Amino acid sequence: MSLLEARHLEKRYGNQVVLERIDFRVDAGEFVTLVGASGCGKTTFLKLLLGTERITRGSLTLDGKPLPDEPGPDRGVVFQKYSVFPHLTVLGNVMMAEELARSKWLGKLFGTARRQARDAAVSRLQEVGLENALDKYPHELSGGMQQRLAIAQALMMKPRILLLDEPFGALDPGIRQDMHDLITRLWKEQQLTIFMITHDVKEAFTLGTRLWVFDKVRHDPQAPQAYGATVTYDLPVGDRQVSEDLTDRIAATTRLNLNSQETLS
Amino acid sequence: MKRFINLTPSRGSRWLLGLIPFAIIAMVYLGLSNARLAENPNDRLLPSPATMAETFRQLATEASVRTGTIPLWDDTFASLERLGVGIAISALIGLVVGLLNGGLPLIRAKLSPLVTVVSLIPPMAILPVLFIAFGTGEMAKIALIVIGVTPFLIRDLQNHALRLPDEQLIKAQTLGASSWQVLLRVLLPQLTPRLIASTRLALGSAWLFLIAAEAIAAQEGLGYRIFLVRRYLAMDVILPYVAWITFLAFLIDRILALTSQRAFPWYHAEEGDQK
Repeated sequence: MSLLEARHLEKRYGNQVVLERIDFRVDAGEFVTLVGASGCGKTTFLKLLLGTERITRGSLTLDGKPLPDEPGPDRGVVFQKYSVFPHLTVLGNVMMAEELARSKWLGKLFGTARRQARDAAVSRLQEVGLENALDKYPHELSGGMQQRLAIAQALMMKPRILLLDEPFGALDPGIRQDMHDLITRLWKEQQLTIFMITHDVKEAFTLGTRLWVFDKVRHDPQAPQAYGATVTYDLPVGDRQVSEDLTDRIAATTRLNLNSQETLS
Repeated sequence: MKRFINLTPSRGSRWLLGLIPFAIIAMVYLGLSNARLAENPNDRLLPSPATMAETFRQLATEASVRTGTIPLWDDTFASLERLGVGIAISALIGLVVGLLNGGLPLIRAKLSPLVTVVSLIPPMAILPVLFIAFGTGEMAKIALIVIGVTPFLIRDLQNHALRLPDEQLIKAQTLGASSWQVLLRVLLPQLTPRLIASTRLALGSAWLFLIAAEAIAAQEGLGYRIFLVRRYLAMDVILPYVAWITFLAFLIDRILALTSQRAFPWYHAEEGDQK
C-alpha cells in the first residue's frame, strides 16, 4: 500500500479554487520536489500534508486513513524562516522533542533522563555539523547553521514524512550545496519520505526521486479564481543525467506562468 | 562633510552631550533661585540647593518628634511596598491572562472584549469606589495600581503572543507538543522578557496611581509627604522628594533592564536593542 494517496483532491478558499484534480500515490522512501510559479498553491499543498489546512473535496490518506487535521509528530517540517525556537539554545532546540515526549507536565527533563536526552541530541547535532555550537542561541548562528539546526530538530521525532518549505531559499549557493549533501545523506540513512518545495529547478531535478510541477491548466479570463492549479508534470528524476532541454521546458512553464499572472493582475 | 544622520558621538562625548541639558536646567534654576533669594532671603518657592540638602538630610537622618521614626525611610518603605505588591500582582495576572488569551483562541473570544473595555475605564475615576469598597487602608491603594496597570499588561502580552510566528506553534506540534506544552515551553518563555519590558513601561503609570492614592488618604508614603507639606509651601521638602522618587524610579527601571539583558540575551538580539 502506498504511504500517501490523494484522490480528486481539491482545495478552495471560499470561491477561489487553489488546487484541483490532484491524484497521486507516494511510497515510503520517495523524495518529491515541488516546483511551480509563486502563488500557485505549492505551500497550500504542503499545509494540507502538514494538517494546518483541510482539503475541501476528494480524499488524502496516510496509510489508508484520512490525514489528521492538525500537525503531529509523524510529519516533521522545516520552514524557510522561524523554524527554530529563538529562546532555546542549539542543544535546547534539539532536546525539545524528547523532553516533550517524556515529561508530560513540565516539558522538561532533569537528572539522568536529561543526560540521556542531551547525549542523543549531541549525536544528532554531530551529524549535521553543529557540535561546536551547542550552547549558542539561534540568533548567533548563520542562516545555513539555523537550517541545519531546524533539520536536526525536525528529525528528532523520527517523522515518517519530512516537509520542507523552501528550506534553502535564503542561503548562499555554496552553502546550498552542503545542505543538499546533508539532506540527501539523512534521507538515505533514515529512510525518510520527503516533500520539498523549491524555486530552484536545478535543485528540484538533482535532489529528489520525483519532480512535480504545479500549474494551472484551465483558465477562465472572466473568472481567474474559478480554476486552480494541479500537478501538470510528475517526472521520475534522480542521479541520472537530465537533458538540458527538459530542464528548460520546465523552467519555461513556471516562468511563463509567472508572466501571465503579472499581466492579469 | 558627512551627512548629519551618519555623525555619531564617541563614547566619552556621548556622556558629555547627555549632561549638557541637565547642566542648563541646573543653571537656570540657580539663576532664578538666586534672584528671588537676593530680594527676599525667606523666599520659599525656589529654595537654594544648600537649604534643600539640609532639609533632606534632616528628613533622612533625624527621627520625627511625632512618630519617633525617620520620615524619609518610613515614606520610602511604605511606598515601595505598595508599588511592589501592586506591580507583582499585576504582572502575575497579566502574564497568566495574556498567555491564555494569546495562546487559546477559545479563551480569547471570551475574555478579550472584557479586557479591552476594562482597560478604557480611567482608573482614577473609580478610586472613590475603591476607597468605599476597601476602606482607606493599603488594599485600596494596591487595588488602584492593579486596576490601572493590569489591562495594559494583558493586552500587550496577548498581542505579543499573537505576533509570534505561527511557524513556531506548528513546529512545536510536529515535535509532539500538547496544548499545555505549547503554552509552557513555547509561549511562556517568550512572553517573560516581554513582561519585563512592558512592566518597565507600566511603572510610570503605577507611580502616578500610587502617589495619587497616597495624596488622598494615607498616614505615610512619598506622595503623602509631598501633599502634606504643600500646605506650608515647603518647596525645600517637595523638590528633594521629587528627585528621590525619580531616582527610585530610575533605579527600578535599570534593575529590570539589566536583569532582562542578562537573563534573556536572545530577546534583546531579536528586538534589535541598542546598547
